[in-house]
Amino acid sequence: MKLFLLTLLNGLTLAALYFLVASGFTLVFGLMRNVNLAHGSLYLLGAYIGYDVADFSGSWFLGVAAGFVSMAAAGLLLQVLVFRHMEGQDLRQTLVTIGISIVLADLMLAIWGGTTYQFEPPEWLYGATPMPLVRAYPTYRLALLGTAVVIGIALWLFLNRTRIGMMIRAGVDDREMLSATGINVHLVFAITFAIGAGLAGFAGVVGGTALSIAPGEDVRYLLASLVVVIVGGMGSVAGAAIGALLIGLAEQFGLAYSPTYGVVYTFLIMVLVLAVRPQGIMGKRA
Amino acid sequence: MNPAQEGAQGKATGIGVYPGYAVLLILLLAYPWIASGFWTVQVGAYSLILGIISLSLMFLAGYGGVVSLAQLTIAGCAGYMLAIHGVNSAGLGLGWPWWAAIPIAIVIATLMATLIGLISVRTEGIYTIMITLAIAVAFFYFTRQNYTVFNGFTGFAGLEPPLLFGVNWRDAMPFYYLCLTVAVLCYSLVLYLGRSNFGIAMQAIRDNPRRMSTLGFSVNTHRVLAYTIAGFVAALGGVLSVWFNGRISPGSISTGPVIDILIIAVVGGLGRPIGPFLGALVFVLLENFAIDLIDRDRFNTVIGIAFLAMVLFSPDGLLGLWEKLKPRLVPRREGSAGT
Repeated sequence: MKLFLLTLLNGLTLAALYFLVASGFTLVFGLMRNVNLAHGSLYLLGAYIGYDVADFSGSWFLGVAAGFVSMAAAGLLLQVLVFRHMEGQDLRQTLVTIGISIVLADLMLAIWGGTTYQFEPPEWLYGATPMPLVRAYPTYRLALLGTAVVIGIALWLFLNRTRIGMMIRAGVDDREMLSATGINVHLVFAITFAIGAGLAGFAGVVGGTALSIAPGEDVRYLLASLVVVIVGGMGSVAGAAIGALLIGLAEQFGLAYSPTYGVVYTFLIMVLVLAVRPQGIMGKRA
Repeated sequence: MNPAQEGAQGKATGIGVYPGYAVLLILLLAYPWIASGFWTVQVGAYSLILGIISLSLMFLAGYGGVVSLAQLTIAGCAGYMLAIHGVNSAGLGLGWPWWAAIPIAIVIATLMATLIGLISVRTEGIYTIMITLAIAVAFFYFTRQNYTVFNGFTGFAGLEPPLLFGVNWRDAMPFYYLCLTVAVLCYSLVLYLGRSNFGIAMQAIRDNPRRMSTLGFSVNTHRVLAYTIAGFVAALGGVLSVWFNGRISPGSISTGPVIDILIIAVVGGLGRPIGPFLGALVFVLLENFAIDLIDRDRFNTVIGIAFLAMVLFSPDGLLGLWEKLKPRLVPRREGSAGT
């Protein structure tokens, strides 16, 4: 029972992290049809930059902010300098993001080396919180869970209650119509890309604190984003939440109950969803 | 036997470039007699192996419009199956003789390709890239986690080609000729299929799936079959690759090498079957000699930038560059002939 509850909590925190990474991915994909395969690299780069800033300034929160802001700026640059020039060429955009992720991974290895970094979150986030049944659980992970819920709600409010959000949703449904109504689609694209990339950087610092940051994490979170978005449905934030929950729980329960076959469950969920609903649980038919 | 076979085929298909093929084949056959062991195996055979695996991607992407990132995974699956069923130094294999282990490895890998095809034909375009990449990465993590079958992080070592007809196939020259034979066969297969009814139907499906399905062609069956054939080609490359390296571990099928195959195919050009081999040669030369130009550790930056430049400026790869340059070169020659 205790193992079950602990695994459940671990699964939930992992799902929270996956949601943070995948929501940006799905947002960018939904609007721009751009499979940003450099999303994992943005996660890792955000984490490294956040670490350096936190280390230099001594403030973990500044690190989190730096992770978000630096990656949002990077996303903006990518959109303005690269993707704007190849709109509508899905495959080419995807190949470009692959190229960028290779170069970024190698440059990050050159700058930060192969060592594992560990963040130091503020005192009050450190340590354990007493809990019924499982006795205690790391405070930081609970905070992570809360953060993901807050960000999820904020994203939902942003998309459903603000003017910009309305434009983004309209763009997901029909890009041409949106631009025909006189809205500056480039601006909407740039904002979406900045938010999506910023979320990746934010998740990098927050997730890097919960676990650790090391080379190879980019691939791990890229895989997580891919699977979460395939399962949840492309372009849907709610889908990303559902997908993240399924995958996070499957991974942790797999790890706890049948260690060497953990990945198989993730894979099976993906295949099952594709067989029954190829567009993903919350996805719309293209 | 080989040149005759290839020559006959070139003649039979009646293509005008027959002299070009003959010259290329003679060069390829003579190559190991001129080159040193390093150039024969590390450059020659290795390029051919990477070329074969990339060829399978070119077949899918060029003719079928399906970009699959799981081709190296299939090759890796063939390698793993060979290691598990055959003889390896870890003492973990079933120890079957080569005539049983090699076919079973190729059959299992081809079946896996069919399975991947069945899963991913439910999606299209960029979605396919996502699915196949997810499959490739999942297989990598699976082999690394799983110790009971795949021997986890260490993988298998001591994998050698069998001693056959009194020839040690690990020696430079026999191994090169083995790779060349397989490469020529795969190349001919892809070329032949591209011109067959099946290949024409594939290309039509690539250009307009909806129209083809209205005409009564089963789009999904064609695509799955294309995955199967490409899987077979990749599996052959995988077996050779295992013999080349002498070992296989999760590192051989991680994201890096998976993406390398895509880079090779795209840099070479997806339009024609020769593209992947061209790309592979450039890739191997860069890999071996980038050390002279820059720090060896930054090889990925160089190859990544080369890939980016190719995607940005010449989407049809080196073949596309050549096609662009040819008209500029040819008129000049005609002009000089006229004067």
